[in-house]
Amino acid sequence: MKITINGEEQELDIAPDVPLLWALRDHLQLTGTKFGCGKGLCGACTVHLNGAAVRSCQTPVSAAEGSDVLTIEGLSSDASHPVQVAWKENNVPQCGYCQSGQIMSAAALLERTPSPSDAEIDNAMSGNICRCGTYTRIRTAIKQASRQTGEEQA
Amino acid sequence: MTIRKISRRRFLALTGISASGMVLMGSLPGSALAGILDSPQGDTLNLFVSVKADGVVEIIAHRSEMGTGIRTSLPQVVADEMEADWSRVKVIQGLANADYGSQNTDGSRSVRDFYQIMRQMGAAARASLELAAANRWSANISDVAASNHQVVHQDGRRLGFGELAAEAAKLPLPDMAQLPLKESRDFRYIGKDIPIVDLQDMCTGNTVFGIDVRVPGMLFASIERTPVLQGKVLSFDKDATLKAPGVVDVIKIKGQPLPSGFNALEGVAVLASDSHSAIKGRSRLNISWDRGVHATHNSGAYINELAAKVSAGPGKVARERGDTDAALGKAKTIVEATYVTPYLAHASMEPPAATAHIHDGICEIWACTQTPQKTQQIVATTLGMDEKAVKVHVTLLGGGFGRKSKPDFSVEAALLARETGKPVQVTWTREDDIRHDYFHSCSAQYYKGGLDDGGKLAAWLAREATPPISSLFQAGANIQNDGSLSQSFGSIPFAVENLRLESHEADAHVRIGWLRSVFNIPYVFGIGSFMDELAHAAGKDPRDFWLETIGADRELDFADEGFKFSNYGRSLADFPYDTRRLKGVITRLTDTLPWGKALPAGQGWGLCAARSFLSYVAVATRIEVKDGRLSVMEMHCMMDAGTIVNPDRVHAQMEGAMIFGLSLALMGEIDFKEGEAVQSNFHDYPVARLNQTPNIVKTHIVPSDAPASGVGEPGVPPVAPSIANAIFAATGQRIREFPFNKVFSV
Repeated sequence: MKITINGEEQELDIAPDVPLLWALRDHLQLTGTKFGCGKGLCGACTVHLNGAAVRSCQTPVSAAEGSDVLTIEGLSSDASHPVQVAWKENNVPQCGYCQSGQIMSAAALLERTPSPSDAEIDNAMSGNICRCGTYTRIRTAIKQASRQTGEEQA
Repeated sequence: MTIRKISRRRFLALTGISASGMVLMGSLPGSALAGILDSPQGDTLNLFVSVKADGVVEIIAHRSEMGTGIRTSLPQVVADEMEADWSRVKVIQGLANADYGSQNTDGSRSVRDFYQIMRQMGAAARASLELAAANRWSANISDVAASNHQVVHQDGRRLGFGELAAEAAKLPLPDMAQLPLKESRDFRYIGKDIPIVDLQDMCTGNTVFGIDVRVPGMLFASIERTPVLQGKVLSFDKDATLKAPGVVDVIKIKGQPLPSGFNALEGVAVLASDSHSAIKGRSRLNISWDRGVHATHNSGAYINELAAKVSAGPGKVARERGDTDAALGKAKTIVEATYVTPYLAHASMEPPAATAHIHDGICEIWACTQTPQKTQQIVATTLGMDEKAVKVHVTLLGGGFGRKSKPDFSVEAALLARETGKPVQVTWTREDDIRHDYFHSCSAQYYKGGLDDGGKLAAWLAREATPPISSLFQAGANIQNDGSLSQSFGSIPFAVENLRLESHEADAHVRIGWLRSVFNIPYVFGIGSFMDELAHAAGKDPRDFWLETIGADRELDFADEGFKFSNYGRSLADFPYDTRRLKGVITRLTDTLPWGKALPAGQGWGLCAARSFLSYVAVATRIEVKDGRLSVMEMHCMMDAGTIVNPDRVHAQMEGAMIFGLSLALMGEIDFKEGEAVQSNFHDYPVARLNQTPNIVKTHIVPSDAPASGVGEPGVPPVAPSIANAIFAATGQRIREFPFNKVFSV
């Protein structure tokens, strides 16, 4: 089957029920997307499917056939996406493992809702667990990225 | 420009990104892992520092990065002393190597144990570069000095570090003890907020964690392990499993007799060409188990049994002062309470993962390990190889919290690599991680306090029963030793004339391990809650009662009370137990708050303080209980950890500790039924999420030039009791057990 991943069309010869997560990690060597729970409970595997944040461990690869998948590797090559910039400026990561998923969830939120309220941030980000507890900085970084986006729009 | 437009613009540039990503991964294990390999030698100034001809300074990080920022903080110290320009420093992750000293990244001791050594390594490198320059110029050594990546002569001549590297590397090592170290006012990096070296990669997914290692020809393994400690495989369906798509091998792993140590658990491994096939293949194993002697373990009943034991009668005395029974008999007010805490699992976001490759007479391990040297030792023992033939590469760790101090998962990978003759990666699923953890121990504590006519503490009796970590290494060990009791229970700092501390036996039925701040979690919960109960019984403000009960400024020594205080492995001469600093964090913290001011109905402040890992921490929380729902609104933390290398990372550790403490207080519990862990994933072992994070989390560092002490763990212990105390202040309801979601919705 054919899937467009980070702008590049990929041909995958695997069973249709293989979760997108493992297709990315084991078949396409895109290991920036992380395995955390395998049940859609932690958000470590978050990618964008046609612009929407999805849990790739719960998305069979067949569901991505003919679609655009964006992973952390494709968000930007140089961490220049406003979310990544804000993440760096606030020194958000501790161990860093969940941060691919956090960043992808935050990017999808801001794409949909450029100026999210506190409740909207809570709602969009509460599916992503960070065991290190970087949540306070995640909130700050999302607000900063939101402001930056607003300034760029102006 | 909108985010959408930016995303599209990125999209156009993606072909190149994707291609370079492929090149990176395709060339593993060489180049993509180069950042975590020891560098080729020849330009090495000392064990930790190499200077390349192009001026790049390579500094070895010998501790494991699991989120504390240690891969940055210690190299930052080296760079400062050697006058390197941080922008030209490359951090290289060291292999397991006894030459580095202990690499066990645990016990909140990386900076406290290595701050001085790293300064010496940097100073030694600087001295070598200065001597090389002086030799080149035939100048007096006193006329040259390193400054910002150059050595400068008084007359203005300059040579870059890179130009001096080859000559400097040939010089004998300077005498470490004689090296002058910088005055603190001259620090360039120590005490500064240097961003972590992995920041950019962590934000772009360009990192190598244990689970990300790729070795050509590797198999992916998933293991079904005994559901009960010491269970045995009776039979399994190998043929059916081998027929599952992608599965290439099915191998039984034999468990070892107790003690558990770091050995692999008994189980059956499914090996496949990809992770999904390996995980899925397990469903066909159909294992029949001999569940063994621990299949009678039911944690609820067991903890009740421990609670009954500590409440009922005397145990083995660990520390005693005065005549506690007589003083309790004379006391005006008696307060009694029993606290219990459950088993906990670590649940690091990256589950345990290790890759082993046996080739050319050596075994290479790539693992997210906190203990590369222990990994090396046990893999060598298991395979019957020389330790030197086991090469352990340390990847980034997606969290550790003590779980990854146990190298059992590397043992599994090594065994399977030997059986198959191929590189093998073992990845634990989340269910494996929660069910087969080295669990944080359950505990029961009983406290009885006597207050005199003035509401002062006159007597303190405490008893505890906790299945000990020592059971991991000594089968049948069932009582806490002084080292474990030194984690707050035995080292209470109160100026009370009569006290007696006792331990009861508690058999271990699961693998017990250390989890971030370890026994300080239950003991500070008991002590911190009971102090609050005493304060209210005395009719005093809890803050005032803490200060009064800690008493006069003094340095504590417990030796004449029969207690061998371990002081986290350091002498009391170097790291005194200073009551002034403990009171200091309480007063400094409460001074930042409207402490003692009235709050709306249903709200309350709670306070707790503790010394752990040689650092002093106070935590205050404000909570609200409304319609049975508990909300933690504010958390404030004050830490005195002596000298600080990277303040931003210290704040980050404190912020993280608040959330870690919040998780275990509100929701943390692993139950055992018939010897099996009941919980299995984040739906039934929840940890704190963003929507449960208080809107205000404030952390403060006490300025200090005392020796550096622990940072990663000490923030955790006071959190749970501070919340319980706040609940009492808000509602009058005393919570003596966590998780609090047994009582409130959270």
